[in-house]
Amino acid sequence: MAGVTLDTVRKIYAGNVEAVKGVSLGIEDGSFCVLVGPSGCGKSTLLRMIAGLETISGGEVKIGDRVVNQVEPADRDIAMVFQNYALYPHMSVYDNMAYGLKNRKTPKDEIDKRVKEAARILAIEPFLARKPRQLSGGQRQRVAMGRAIVRKPQVFLFDEPLSNLDAKLRVQMRVEIKRLQRALGVTSIYVTHDQVEAMTLSDKLVVMSGGQIEQVGTPAEVYRRPETRFVATFIGSPPMNILPGTVEGPGRVSVGGQSIAVTDMRDGLTPGSAIEVGLRPEDVQAGSTGTSSLSMDVDFVEELGATQLFHGKVAGAEFIVQASTGQLAADTRKLTLAVDPGNVHLFDPQTTKRLGRA
Amino acid sequence: MVENRPFAQFMAYLTLALGVVIVAFPVYLAVMASTFDTATIINGNMPLVPGDQAGENYTRTLLYGGMHARQPVGGMMLNSMIMALGIAIGKILISILSAFAVVYFKFPFRKTAFWIIFITLMLPVEVRIYPTYKIVADLGLLDTYTGLVMPLIASATGTLLFRQFFMTIPDELLEASKIDGAGAFRFFKDTLLPLSMTTIAALFVIQFIYGWNQYLWPLLITTKSSMQTIVIGIKMMITTTDALTEWNVAMTTAVLAMLPPVLVVIFMQRLFVKGLVETEK
Amino acid sequence: MEKRAHISGWTLPLLLILPQMAITVIFFYWPASQAIWQSFLREDAFGLASEFVGFENYVSLFEQPEYYRAMVTTAIFSSLVAFFSLACALLLATQADKNIRGGQAFKTFLIWPYAVAPAIAGVLWLFMFHPTLGTLSKPIKAIGIDWNPMLNANHAMTLLVLSATWKQISYNFLFFLAGLQAIPKSVIEAAAIDGAGPLRRFWTVIFPLLSPTTFFLLVVNIVYVFFDTFGIIDAVTGGGPAGQTTTLVYKVYADGRLGGDLGGSAAQSVILMIIVIALTAIQFRYVERKVQY
Repeated sequence: MAGVTLDTVRKIYAGNVEAVKGVSLGIEDGSFCVLVGPSGCGKSTLLRMIAGLETISGGEVKIGDRVVNQVEPADRDIAMVFQNYALYPHMSVYDNMAYGLKNRKTPKDEIDKRVKEAARILAIEPFLARKPRQLSGGQRQRVAMGRAIVRKPQVFLFDEPLSNLDAKLRVQMRVEIKRLQRALGVTSIYVTHDQVEAMTLSDKLVVMSGGQIEQVGTPAEVYRRPETRFVATFIGSPPMNILPGTVEGPGRVSVGGQSIAVTDMRDGLTPGSAIEVGLRPEDVQAGSTGTSSLSMDVDFVEELGATQLFHGKVAGAEFIVQASTGQLAADTRKLTLAVDPGNVHLFDPQTTKRLGRA
Repeated sequence: MVENRPFAQFMAYLTLALGVVIVAFPVYLAVMASTFDTATIINGNMPLVPGDQAGENYTRTLLYGGMHARQPVGGMMLNSMIMALGIAIGKILISILSAFAVVYFKFPFRKTAFWIIFITLMLPVEVRIYPTYKIVADLGLLDTYTGLVMPLIASATGTLLFRQFFMTIPDELLEASKIDGAGAFRFFKDTLLPLSMTTIAALFVIQFIYGWNQYLWPLLITTKSSMQTIVIGIKMMITTTDALTEWNVAMTTAVLAMLPPVLVVIFMQRLFVKGLVETEK
Repeated sequence: MEKRAHISGWTLPLLLILPQMAITVIFFYWPASQAIWQSFLREDAFGLASEFVGFENYVSLFEQPEYYRAMVTTAIFSSLVAFFSLACALLLATQADKNIRGGQAFKTFLIWPYAVAPAIAGVLWLFMFHPTLGTLSKPIKAIGIDWNPMLNANHAMTLLVLSATWKQISYNFLFFLAGLQAIPKSVIEAAAIDGAGPLRRFWTVIFPLLSPTTFFLLVVNIVYVFFDTFGIIDAVTGGGPAGQTTTLVYKVYADGRLGGDLGGSAAQSVILMIIVIALTAIQFRYVERKVQY
């Protein structure tokens, strides 16, 4: 098994469109790395370059210690699960899984052993003789996974493998993929635009935007301490509220004339300069704590069952508060919000970078 | 369905039944004529129920042919069969390969190559008949099966049909094959070919009928009667002086000439319709 | 349209495309260019020498009254066959589109004439309407018409139109049926709710929606009459009586068979090519505009 190393990898398409703008990233052996970002951010292109399905315009891709820029996909020792599964429609489930091994001249009994083993792990043994079109979406997904694991590759590549499934199945398969990856211990790179999938699956979360990496870290790090406003609003649901504010002094900002204390704030910011104040909907509480509070005008309430979302405005900007159901009356029109200084995120309005402690 | 009134239903049946009768009547007459002797037909009072000469007519026609053109129709059918199969198989072979090249590879002058093939769609063999004849003659291919077949497979329909089908195959299948270690040949043999089977069959049905029914081209390039196809043969039987035409033999030949392609349409109707509709897109 | 994924290498694709290229060049481009080249040449009586004469072959072609007659014949023949075969096919297709029992069987019984060779179709109809022994000639003669397609040009043309139409109905029927089945049922239901009766629905909703199919078929039918009916004409009338059923394509064949004027025959071929290319081009442009959609 092997890790994957990317060194200033670029992809430039005809017409000088730069889809991936010099990405460097180290993925440790055996880890589960998720690339997440909106569509068009370059995450799929990056994955396909690692697979060898796209040529690499610049930089270097290493699998283990081997530079694979010029290596054919078949010889990179990787396996890939496609969004539409790309199962061979005319082959049985068994043959779909065995095909790659046959092409590699693996002995027949070895192929048989591996296919049966994979089928057992994925609980698709009853379907081995069927054709893909006779299977449900979830079963096809398993076959696609089976095709990847029989190969015992160095790296698994997943290209949005769950996005063709319905919501319930997606949650179930997500758990299975994670469990399987843990059990097999194979380095995995997983592309998705779904931030819940990204958070739950990854050991290492890579947030991408506009062909570049915005932030790399554990899911918890990325959630707790987003490095840019983009990451702050992309990870988390509902997204983080961003309010316009000004610097008052060390550890204090003001939003619409209301003063708030901040723990994680860079030193030496000029008082009076503009700043963006980020607060997660789940991080604010109704009720005053004296020194740090905001007042909110509520427009309407969305019921989510366990929680309620209060939509409204704070200092003229859109604001959402998430509260446990029953905590606040649904007809509340005005709220006073207590703000924990440790939960305030500050961003530079120009560079959109985090203005936290160095 | 909006409003399904009994009267409209009745009219639909009536119209369709009438259509079927009109469509079938000429053929019915031919089948009847193939069961009488010449005299019965010539006097102009042929009954509309079968006669008793069927066995005699079919045996004689297949094995000996008519009185004037003494060419066994069995041999003509064999020629027609070879020509039709040659055209169908030849066209499938060259066009699936060229479509594979045009769709799945990037090579110099690919677009040019495609257009060179595409243009041929516009001009049927009839408009360039004599120059083609001259070239086939110069190549020494008169009275050969090669000469019968080759000029008729020089067309774009097959290539376009396969290209269109290949475009509907998801790119990921090729990518998965690449990762599974299959090269160009394996991808073609293991994935593309099995997936193309219906398209191949549909094209085969259409081209078989097209080939079997060829008239002008075989008329020109076959000079030996042993190379005649059945569709040409029947013409030879009725051009002699009217009174001498053996209509029973001619009609027996007509029935035999219709049989293979009509059977193909009836028994492979689904493929036939698919082929017809898709080659015209 | 382009594939995203490709296979690398370019010698293999060139090899793959070679057979088709070779056949296309030898049996298509070479003769086609020969035809164009020869149409500007004149051979001497013995076929030994030829000289470049510019458009002279074309000029002398248009000075022949027979050529104009062939054009008129082709035009009449084409329009009659196209009209009748489209009309009959549309009628049959609308009836078959009604959800009636046995619809599939009717469909099968209506499409098989497509498989009959034009020449055979001609022979069948000639037999049926043969002046002395034709089963259907007798009733015609009984009503006082001196039916003889061998001698009367109008009768000959009628017989050609009948056999060519008979053979083409199945093709048009299939495409009309496919076109009808592609019309969303909801549109027809909406028209019914808007108070349109069956006949009105047909002319105001269904027929306009079918117009792309109709137009496509019109062009295909004209091309069909131009070329595929050669076998019918040769079997039924041989271009006669007195050359009165000779179409443009039949004239190319007949003139060429008499031998001699290669240049003139080539000029005729070139004119035909131009007509077909024009028809195809019109079809492509029109289809692109997607009539009605």
